[in-house]
Amino acid sequence: MGKRSRVIEREEVVIRFSGDSGDGMQLTGTLFSDTAALFGNDLSTFPDYPAEIRAPQGTVGGVSGFQVHLGHSEINTPGDYSDVLVAMNPAAIKANAKWIKTGGTVIYDEGNFTEKNIEKAGYSKDPIKEERLDGYNIIAAPISALVKEALKDFGLDPKSVLRTKNMFALGMVYWLFDRKLDYTEKYFEKKFHNKPGMAEANKVALRAGYYYAETIEALSSTYKILPASIAKGTYRNIAGNAATAWGFLAASEKSGLKIFIGSYPITPATGILEELAARKDLGVKSFQAEDEIAGICTSLGASFAGNLAITSTSGPGLALKSEAIGLAVMAELPIVIVNVQRGGPSTGLPTKTEQADLMQALYGRNGECPVVVIAASTPSDCFHFAFEAARIAVEHMTPVLLLSDSYLANGTEPWRIPSMKDLPKINPPFADRSEIPFLPYKRDEEKLTRSWAVPGTPGLEHRIGGLEKTIKGTVSYVPENHEFMVNLRAEKVARVANEIPDLVTYGDNSGDILVVGWGGSYGYLLTAVRELQTEGHKVSLVNFNYINPLPKNVKDVFSKFKKILVCELNLGQFADYLRIKHQEFRYEQLNKVQGVPFTTNNIKEKCTKMLEDK
Amino acid sequence: MAETLVNKYTAKDFKSDQEVRWCPGCGDHAVLSSVQRALAELGISKEKFAFISGIGCSSRFPYYMDTYGFHSIHGRASAIASGVKTANPELSVWQITGDGDALAIGGNHFIHAIRRNVDLNIILFNNEIYGLTKGQYSPTSAKGLVTKTSPFGTVEEPFSVGELVIGARGKFFARTIDTNVALSVQIYIEAAKHTGTSVIEVLQNCVIFNDGIHDTVAGKEVRDDKTLILKQGQPMIFGKENDKGLILDGLKLRVVKLGENGITVKNILVHDAMEPNPGIQYMLANMSFPEYPVALGVIRSVPGPSYDNLVEDQIQEIQKTAKIKCMDDLLMSGSTWVVE
Repeated sequence: MGKRSRVIEREEVVIRFSGDSGDGMQLTGTLFSDTAALFGNDLSTFPDYPAEIRAPQGTVGGVSGFQVHLGHSEINTPGDYSDVLVAMNPAAIKANAKWIKTGGTVIYDEGNFTEKNIEKAGYSKDPIKEERLDGYNIIAAPISALVKEALKDFGLDPKSVLRTKNMFALGMVYWLFDRKLDYTEKYFEKKFHNKPGMAEANKVALRAGYYYAETIEALSSTYKILPASIAKGTYRNIAGNAATAWGFLAASEKSGLKIFIGSYPITPATGILEELAARKDLGVKSFQAEDEIAGICTSLGASFAGNLAITSTSGPGLALKSEAIGLAVMAELPIVIVNVQRGGPSTGLPTKTEQADLMQALYGRNGECPVVVIAASTPSDCFHFAFEAARIAVEHMTPVLLLSDSYLANGTEPWRIPSMKDLPKINPPFADRSEIPFLPYKRDEEKLTRSWAVPGTPGLEHRIGGLEKTIKGTVSYVPENHEFMVNLRAEKVARVANEIPDLVTYGDNSGDILVVGWGGSYGYLLTAVRELQTEGHKVSLVNFNYINPLPKNVKDVFSKFKKILVCELNLGQFADYLRIKHQEFRYEQLNKVQGVPFTTNNIKEKCTKMLEDK
Repeated sequence: MAETLVNKYTAKDFKSDQEVRWCPGCGDHAVLSSVQRALAELGISKEKFAFISGIGCSSRFPYYMDTYGFHSIHGRASAIASGVKTANPELSVWQITGDGDALAIGGNHFIHAIRRNVDLNIILFNNEIYGLTKGQYSPTSAKGLVTKTSPFGTVEEPFSVGELVIGARGKFFARTIDTNVALSVQIYIEAAKHTGTSVIEVLQNCVIFNDGIHDTVAGKEVRDDKTLILKQGQPMIFGKENDKGLILDGLKLRVVKLGENGITVKNILVHDAMEPNPGIQYMLANMSFPEYPVALGVIRSVPGPSYDNLVEDQIQEIQKTAKIKCMDDLLMSGSTWVVE
């Protein structure tokens, strides 16, 4: 299709679609990334939207963005700086100017760069000049005017016409990256199957954008990103929240337990509740509770009744759930609490990412109150760690706190779809009649797990609760008994370490710097460390998923490096935790609390400096 | 039906091996034995009962029952019990709570459990005081009550339990007195048979911190004249001599004497707990001494579907025609592509 005078082959490219929250940027980005995935690129995406549903039009606060990073080789992050920025209004330039690669391409809708909009965005006259983007590849496309022209015979109202602007822009980007339109066109047919006129209008806008790009001189050079060499299999794109929900569904099937989620909507965790609420076909009981406390309490009740119990929340909600987590620890009932972290404290930055709830997860309860803490590290591995969280909760009769974050929750990546037959079976430690008279706190000798006697089972009637008990289940205030039980509960959680995998080192097992991360910063750290390795530096990475208990080989791994650098999106919570758990090492820190992930450069600069300070 | 089942239990079968630790003379003892008697008569297998409580004196209740039990945290029993019942609608779930547990710290969960109509039997021990923390005023303490935290008398209006239940669109509300075991047993059985949230307010005496708080209506000498025991389909007549009754006078209830001013039984209101419009029931629930007798018995009992059943029904309905039957189906649904 068409002439391409100059084709530039690239290993990877970052594209950012940006506009008003009503401009449909999330959909545009999703369609582009789905097309890239079908083509065979590896990719990673990240939506970035304001907390307000419809912030004032044209303002920087109302800018909604969607970034796609695609490549011929392995892609681990949505990318830092964009090669191509699609800006639907001046505010989108304002919000993204410093994130455009030097000399990158900016496509903007000229028709929306009115005096009023320019002023709203905080510019005086010419955003391009004022941001010193003159030397960049700037394409001022009269998108609004062109869609009006293209759709003039459709008899649509002006609003509906302008709503297709994003598809015009998408068409331009498809040309730029030599992509086919068929997936997107099929999407329109499906979405508007009741409104064939709208399907056709969107198709026309998309094609108009494609041909416009072909015609204009400025886009004469296009990019080619070959498919990545990816393991064979069937793939799908998945976001972290969906993967989390699906991990629990898989655990339900593999344990034979019915699944119950008690939750209260909270950004950015709501997607988990929504995803599970939609799965009545798989028997999910979803309970939208009156508050966060009822979210966990209904779930804990369901756990008492023998269900796989889930509750999902974000930081402020976790604070409210603390007392009930303590009850779950005391009652020794399985439950998974998902905390999709966001910027805090208090309401903080509801739609932005942070890793600052670690100490809250580990210690934020009264009394000696240990729980298993696990952190997922990519959108798709949320599936695996949700499954793991459920498995450990059930098999060890303990609450498990699963940490995700806003960046994982909303980010997507291609995921090789697992087959259920390859996942391990989960074995709930149900009590049986051989245990009559039932002693609720009698334990399995190896794991120290108590048995789960589910109401409805004859002969196993028993009472549990928040008061300290003896093994028999009798309330006891005897000093020695309390200490004994506190130690037992701690040891039970500690023994989970017997069945979690060793820490994996990315790179050589010894060297100058060991970069240490946990949870969601994995992709950025890996990208930076790989670049450092390519540049010849002796830098390796470990990224923790199991936080409490820690893997057993931490000391072995740490001891082989000259320096340890702990990188996290907080002021050093994991570094402090390691200082408690492994005092024998010295930890340097790289911290960031801006509501956004690290950039590769953040990490590389720090490492380079550490390598110089020998 | 329960009546046709052979009653294989006696009250004793529901007594646990735990030593009951309430104060001697506490009204809770009578509630415990009333509940044990009621359960024995229900014809439900013992393993099907789950007793869920919050925190407070009454919340120790599950320890004394030889059933499944969960003594939880302050105020949250309604939520936990809702989870138990929703997870397994086969269970007979009882929530034991007090005026502080249900109406102060747990108010939110209490009203929402009622609104959803989760099939719970909630026994609310109302002694109008905080007992376990040793004598502070509660959300049902009468205005002006002098307690440790209101040394000059409270300036707060109390909740009326019945009003709150009806306000939360409750479908079952009953009231009894701890010492009236026969009435209590009967009410607990009614509550258990009702599908949906049943709230039973027990006027319970705290012998230590609020002794005699209900004596003005519950005392042996006065109770016939100061309480009205409601019976479905029966005229609302009370008094030692059965000579007093209630009529509707304009928009208000009024106590009348039979035989005076030409009043006969025919003029007296007939109790209908099953009337969906809660108007009269609301007035009955709010009657207080000295203007009115205090209403006891089942004040409101309106049938309706329970939350837990609706949840089950919805799942079954959707599963009938669902394309996704197992996790592999879900994993492969929607947009996927194959890498060769």
